[in-house]
Amino acid sequence: MFTALELSRIQFAFTVSFHIIFPAFSIGLAMFLTVMEGLWLYTKNPLYYQAIRFWTKVFALTFGMGVVSGIVMEFQLGTNWAGFTKQIGSVLGPLFVYEVLSAFFIEAGFIGIMLFGWNKVGPKLHYLATILVTIGTTISAYWIMSANSWMQHPVGYQIIDGKFITTDWLAVVFNPYTLPRFIHMLLAAYLATSFVIISVSAYYLLNNQFVDFAKKCLSSAIIVVMIIIPIQIYIGDESGIKVHEAQPIKTAAIEGIWDTQKGAPLLIVAWPSNIEQRNLFEVGIPYGAALINTHKLDGELQGLKSVPQEDQPEAWIVFYAFRIMVGIGLLMFTYAIVAIWLLLRGKLFQSRLMLQASKYMAPTGFIAIITGWFTAEVGRQPWAVYGLIRVNDAVSNVSMHDVLVSLALIIIVYGIIFGVFYFHFLNKTIKKGPADFDSVEPFYFLRGAQPQEGDK
Amino acid sequence: MELALTWLLIIAFIIIMYILLDGFTLGVGLLFPLIKEDSERDIMVTTVLPVWDGNETWLVFAGAALYGAFPLAFSTLFPIWYIPLMLLIFGLLLRGIAFEFRLKAHETRRLWDWCLFGGSLMAVIAQGLVIGSFVSGFQFNPATGEAIREQWFSGFGLFCAFALIIAYGLLGSARLIKKTSGSLQTKFYKISAKLQWLLMLAVIVVGVYSPQSSKLQMRYWFDLQHSAFILVFLIIMAFLFAIHALAIKNRFENLPFASLIIIFILAYLALVTSNLPYLVPNQITFMQAKADDGALLFMLVGAAILIPVLLFYTAYAYKIFGGKTNEKISY
Ligand code: HDD
Ligand code: HEM
Ligand code: HEM
Repeated sequence: MFTALELSRIQFAFTVSFHIIFPAFSIGLAMFLTVMEGLWLYTKNPLYYQAIRFWTKVFALTFGMGVVSGIVMEFQLGTNWAGFTKQIGSVLGPLFVYEVLSAFFIEAGFIGIMLFGWNKVGPKLHYLATILVTIGTTISAYWIMSANSWMQHPVGYQIIDGKFITTDWLAVVFNPYTLPRFIHMLLAAYLATSFVIISVSAYYLLNNQFVDFAKKCLSSAIIVVMIIIPIQIYIGDESGIKVHEAQPIKTAAIEGIWDTQKGAPLLIVAWPSNIEQRNLFEVGIPYGAALINTHKLDGELQGLKSVPQEDQPEAWIVFYAFRIMVGIGLLMFTYAIVAIWLLLRGKLFQSRLMLQASKYMAPTGFIAIITGWFTAEVGRQPWAVYGLIRVNDAVSNVSMHDVLVSLALIIIVYGIIFGVFYFHFLNKTIKKGPADFDSVEPFYFLRGAQPQEGDK
Repeated sequence: MELALTWLLIIAFIIIMYILLDGFTLGVGLLFPLIKEDSERDIMVTTVLPVWDGNETWLVFAGAALYGAFPLAFSTLFPIWYIPLMLLIFGLLLRGIAFEFRLKAHETRRLWDWCLFGGSLMAVIAQGLVIGSFVSGFQFNPATGEAIREQWFSGFGLFCAFALIIAYGLLGSARLIKKTSGSLQTKFYKISAKLQWLLMLAVIVVGVYSPQSSKLQMRYWFDLQHSAFILVFLIIMAFLFAIHALAIKNRFENLPFASLIIIFILAYLALVTSNLPYLVPNQITFMQAKADDGALLFMLVGAAILIPVLLFYTAYAYKIFGGKTNEKISY
């Protein structure tokens, strides 16, 4: 049977993987809506307005899911990871307090105006609300990334009587490890969102529906992707270098390297086995890994075997999670080049093959986000705080049965409610399309006009 | 000492904000079975739709502040309350989802109505159990110092849950009186008229029952020094209930909500002060549970600047959606 520790880990991994999908989509959509609303206020082109009202529906649904699944995350830190909280509460707790104060309240305070304020406030205030919600989601991502980065790379603390006391708050908040990861996460959110927009627009074009609207959304999203994806790959590489400095064992797991060596190869496929302490097979490019991680051909990489077996992460998970993420990054890059080329030659909207391909790109960003997190988090194991607190010591004194009950409930509730109904309503919103805003004007009360149907 | 005390007060403030704000939101959900008409339910939901997220954020804040300021209390209390806290977040989850999905649903509308009610009910029962066990105190294994599990459930806890259902229901009803008009408003006047007696009864029972459920409390409540204070307290409570009853009878729109808020604050003060200075009843005082002064100070800077600002814009958002709700909103 499982122990409370194992079940808690499964529960945490499940709930956080679930949670991250929604904030990532919210962060991206909020930014998209901010840009669109700005363009609309500036150009007065009604197509932008259509886009805003349509994607706002998707945003509202997603945002709500992020909020409710986030509360589960916060409470779990106390219910399941009390050992961890007891020791580092006074380091990470303040970061969460700042997150609530500087991000969650801003979002919560202005989301009402953003969603329901179309006929209650003027255009300037409405736009301000949209901007503030976007800023809120972004700041929230920063705080949570800095909390997690501290767990990956603890700095600015002292241990007194088994408790962590922060000596340098600036170092904790502006951990050098945080910035590249924060940017990587933000761009990941924008990419994932762009591909959903691309996919939905391609679906409309294939069905010959809402054609103008779809063309506008599709071409804007493709331009965004073309700009972001090279930056993302660059930042990913930067993160890799930072990881190698802070956690060489994680890099070893990512690259599937067991023995410390110079000029290590970049493995394309392999089967790392923690039991046998070697790769069961491997195919690689000579010097590749050394070049990528140290930017030198004969750079030295530490091997997994340089630490005792019980201090090694489960290598195959890290190895494949990382390759899926990078594979998706390269796929997105290829997609962007082809799409831009077609767009410039004016053939994008006619190429059914490309539109079909676009349609199926929707989940890729989210898969990359989750596998990216698996790389980061599983690669940190067996530590909860790298090198300092083991996950075994982090768990609460709770009974296995309690955790089993909560985990079962979580799987049922998340599975049914999110899995079935979120997609059901998303689908419904997409099927219905932006049509019902065609003739509607916002802010009618400013001109003393009467409300119109569908604009309440 | 001063820093820890400041944070204790801030957390007490956060919790009462949560109780009041999410209290009426939960109350609206609890009243759902009493109002059958779809269009009337739409209005009820509309009154809370723009603000429920903000109200719930106070709970997130309470959790984060306890985590940061009193980590030992956070990590002792939360595992003891594992099951009720899971119930609480599942209840809130169901309710939050129902808010979102209800707007979009046609065929599954009934399902979401039930989730809204069921989720609210679950969350309120969980809160009742938590309050009940907090007031009664916990037993600890003297050998290991670990809390004995399964203390979250008791008859007294169940009774607290019952009292809280009534209390939130009444608060929700008072809020809806403020926000609605015409025949719907009349319905809430009638509901309030009945619920207020139940609440009075519940308050009396909790008051009599709770001193027996905790030794510490017994000392506190029946201590001579305190009895004068308690007498004053009871008189004020009775007076407020009388005001509430009169307001309902004379159909004042704003007074029921206002008087209930004061009743809630007083009852809350009575409950929280009776366990002082303990954060984990009979076991860990707030001074033992506190984080280091550096952390407390670091958080205080942020709190001192940002809490006033956020109170300001939250009030502003309430003002924008103020006034009567006459029609359903959507996005
Ligand atoms: C659309 C999403 C997406 C895409 C296309 C990529 N990543 Fe990524 N990656 C993430 C989304 C992501 C993430 C979800 O944002 C992670 C998880 C934890 C983190 O800090 O960011 C992450 C983590 C992460 C880490 C681990 C950081 C750590 O352990 O602290 C590395 C080394 C990279 N990435 C490198 C790359 C490279 C070289 C890419 C080039 C193609 C790449 N990522 C594409
Ligand atoms: C949101 C995206 C995230 C994902 C998908 C994710 C994924 C995971 C996974 C898969 C595990 C389990 C690892 C294992 O047991 O082998 C884990 C553990 C954990 N993560 Fe994350 N994580 C995320 C973000 C965070 C953040 C931001 C924090 C910091 C506040 C965090 C704190 C933890 C803790 C406390 C554990 C439990 C202890 C442990 O197993 O290390 N996670 N996470
Ligand atoms: C990189 C990882 C994460 C990011 C970027 C992130 C971001 C966000 C954002 C933007 C929200 C606002 C709601 C929304 O937009 O949907 C949110 C909600 C929330 N998140 Fe996460 N989160 C992450 C991981 C976590 C983890 C690991 C925890 C647990 C400690 C957590 C706790 C919360 C809480 C409590 C809420 C609800 C806040 C509310 O009521 O508004 N998040 N998160």
